[in-house]
Amino acid sequence: MTPQVEYLLRIGDSTLILGQRLSEWCGHAPVLEEDIALANIALDLIGQSRLVLTHAGELEGEGRDEDQLAFLRPENQFRNVTLVELPNGDFGRTVMKSFLFCTFLRELWAALASSTDGALAAIAGKSVKESRYHVQHAGQWVIRLGDGTDESHGRMQAALDALWPYTAELFAPTAVDEAVRSTGAGIEWASLRGAWEAAVLPVLRDATLEVPAPSTFLSRGKFGVHSEHMGHLLTEMQYLQRAYPGATW
Amino acid sequence: MLTEADAWRALAGVPDPEIPVISVCELGIVREVRTSGESVTVVVTPTYSGCPATEVIAQSIRAALSDAGAREVTVETRLAPAWTTDWIDPAASQRLKSCGIVPPQARASAGVQPIRVIPRPLPCPRCGSSHTVRLAEFGSTACKALWRCEDCREPFEYFKPL
Repeated sequence: MTPQVEYLLRIGDSTLILGQRLSEWCGHAPVLEEDIALANIALDLIGQSRLVLTHAGELEGEGRDEDQLAFLRPENQFRNVTLVELPNGDFGRTVMKSFLFCTFLRELWAALASSTDGALAAIAGKSVKESRYHVQHAGQWVIRLGDGTDESHGRMQAALDALWPYTAELFAPTAVDEAVRSTGAGIEWASLRGAWEAAVLPVLRDATLEVPAPSTFLSRGKFGVHSEHMGHLLTEMQYLQRAYPGATW
Repeated sequence: MLTEADAWRALAGVPDPEIPVISVCELGIVREVRTSGESVTVVVTPTYSGCPATEVIAQSIRAALSDAGAREVTVETRLAPAWTTDWIDPAASQRLKSCGIVPPQARASAGVQPIRVIPRPLPCPRCGSSHTVRLAEFGSTACKALWRCEDCREPFEYFKPL
């Protein structure tokens, strides 16, 4: 697999898996308005993923389309970051995860809008506008719940404590990033750390939440090494195509 | 023989499936029409990545042009430049208001907006009151937020600038 295809899979898989997780809320959110909001955000993420996976399949040149990439790859071929595959937990944990990842994604799309890969630049220029609303949505809930009651504050602090260690992976340097940067098709994810922190930290401060101390833990989803939750997620997401290969409706 | 003007006329009669008071042309997603004999190519720029109406729109475009006499219709997708609410026809914006949807109140911004827990109030499209609250950033579709008027107590939607 070329570095460019691998780089695209990291993006396409991360948006797909977060979209799949958010869609689990459909019919279960605490209030109807949020049910609809989370489903709409999930649709945007899956829509972005479709564009990126289609492009990755074309560049790969082995005849795989978006559906084959999404539904017929085994777990160790997925390149999403571990953060997005973690279980939703309660509503607070879900919006905290969305906030941390979607802020990163917004910065990534903004940078990729000037990629030398024209197709990727077009997808990024369109997606960055959507990401701004995803961050708005998640961010205002982080503030409202973090700076809310003792109960909601406690749950948001627990969510941040649990999820924060997984954000290190977003910025872990890789040979793929370096190769893609050298062609101008992408940027190194590590270079987004400053912009991400500048966007995330003030919101966490407004939410009266404390950022956990740095740790040496590094998750490795983008290298194809996933958590124990990933297999269960794929079992559900891929069931139909596995049971009825080529099924359409 | 179908001229480009004929094709545009046919497309002006294709409503947006989610907001039927405006046409796909007024929404600004039809970017280009090319005709050659009896075949027509329509270039469409989709709105949100997650908009489930995209496929229905392509079908409706094909049907409308076939009805107008086209033998072969191709719908092409163009992602860049990305669609923006700035492309919505101003006259159509007024029509949105009359069916309870507040049109975008500002031009699409290129920058990042600060996170607002309580956004600036919008005027209620029914009674005009500014005593309104946002219920959710996303409404019945990704492009709209859900609001409620605290005076007339009616819910309404806001077409967000994008």
